[in-house]
Amino acid sequence: MAAGDFLSRVEHISLADFAKGKVQSVQDYALLSLQALGNLFKRPLYVADMVQQADLIGFGSLRIVLAACFFTGAALALNSATTLGRFGALTVIGQLVSIGIVRELGPVLAGLVVAGRNASGMASELGSMVVTEQIDAMRALGTDPVKKLVTPRVVSTIFMMFFLTILGDLLGLIGGNIVASGLLGLDSHEYWSSAWQILVFSDVFMGLTKPIVFGFIIATVGCYYGLTTKGGTQGVGRATTEAVVAAMILIIAVDVVVTRLLMVVFGL
Amino acid sequence: MPTLPLEQTAAASQPPAGDAVVFEDVVLAFDRATVLDGVSFRLARGETKAIFGVAGAGKSTILKLAMGLLKPDSGRIHALGEDITHMREQELFELRRKIGMVFQEGALFDSLTVRENVAFRLIEEGGIPEEQIERRVREALSFVELEHTIDMFPSELSGGMRRRVAIARAIIAQPELLLYDSPTGGLDPVTSTTIVELIVKQRDVYKTSSLLVTHRLQDAFTMASHRFDRKTNHMQPVASGGRNGIRMTFIVLREGKVIFDGDEYELAHSKDEYIREYIS
Repeated sequence: MAAGDFLSRVEHISLADFAKGKVQSVQDYALLSLQALGNLFKRPLYVADMVQQADLIGFGSLRIVLAACFFTGAALALNSATTLGRFGALTVIGQLVSIGIVRELGPVLAGLVVAGRNASGMASELGSMVVTEQIDAMRALGTDPVKKLVTPRVVSTIFMMFFLTILGDLLGLIGGNIVASGLLGLDSHEYWSSAWQILVFSDVFMGLTKPIVFGFIIATVGCYYGLTTKGGTQGVGRATTEAVVAAMILIIAVDVVVTRLLMVVFGL
Repeated sequence: MPTLPLEQTAAASQPPAGDAVVFEDVVLAFDRATVLDGVSFRLARGETKAIFGVAGAGKSTILKLAMGLLKPDSGRIHALGEDITHMREQELFELRRKIGMVFQEGALFDSLTVRENVAFRLIEEGGIPEEQIERRVREALSFVELEHTIDMFPSELSGGMRRRVAIARAIIAQPELLLYDSPTGGLDPVTSTTIVELIVKQRDVYKTSSLLVTHRLQDAFTMASHRFDRKTNHMQPVASGGRNGIRMTFIVLREGKVIFDGDEYELAHSKDEYIREYIS
């Protein structure tokens, strides 16, 4: 009985510590995010670092985002064709691919791909700097690591996610068009005109708001896990994995929230 | 060794009066494990203080506290006349411009060249002309005899060279206080002597106050018994028993407490069994 009491006490303490740790993490993450945004109004702005990060994040992710969106657009057209064919509505395939890609799949796919590639990169880079005391050295040299390292990454990721999503949307529609005209024998002109005409302002607005939110999530989560790395090289590996998992889960969850919010705003 | 590039400015270097660092009953714990337990000491301006202790005794923690990189759980810390105990990070950035720190493994930014590493502080301050930055970088690298590495990356340097670049980075803004975290740790005896000579040179030429963490007793005793001779550009032993103006003291840490604070004579003649065993 005494042993049972002891174990329950240990469990109770560890659960309390666990909860406290999680609340602390959320608080630290929120503070880091606010600080990263607040730094936009302070000098210096580290424009050169922003450009360098934009190159790494944007152009580095271009191929994989385009490929993911292209093949998803093609697969979406193929899958839709079976159902639409039953109702003799194959001609609306352009509308379906367009709405699906622009409103939902384009931003989410780009977000997940960029998260996989860059949240991990940021976490491992900053994590390595933490364990080799480079972050402490930067602070010791009178430079704010959040301003120098986090803010440029946040700005660049948001900026590049916006344009990567636009290009991804285009490639998704091209993928759908290749399937529609090449395999299903639909007229290419009809595909593009129906895909274009179905889109209204709210669809485009929704599709271009999400990458901004996702870009913010990817950069802040990647940097947060990097800057809170503990435990040497093993810790860097752990931080990298956790950053990708957290960024992906957040993107998917926030996508639902943003979609619902914008639907309310546009009265959909 | 090449001649000193900054001799003109050094000639006028005299430390201002007062204390460079003051610890008053500082306590710090990590995850319920007490690292420092009521640590108190003073580092006078122009003085060099070596901190001894076994691994995990809290030596490096003292340097990070003095730099404001960590906050104590209780007690007070003053650096260069300012109470930094509860100072905000933004205010600390200003103060840190007057303090240089050499980290255990150098902590050079591996994505930057030696030039960019050494110039980091000056570039960040902004408003300094490019030519002036270049001149000061070359002066600092010449001080540590590594001018030829200016375009290299840290990964291309040996361990000793990285420490010397770290020293150049720390001294480029001519700080009032220098913190050395095991600058000779893991280095061969010849390279260690070079690093010790650089620290002695900085101490005797610029009169910079320093806190030095080290495992190597012989390095600290060498510093206490040698002066930098500007004629020969090498350190020379002082006459036996004489101090010849060297202001060097030692503290020994044991289980988070300061068990000794005094000069090398007092340390060598300490009756404390732990200290006797430690220095034997």
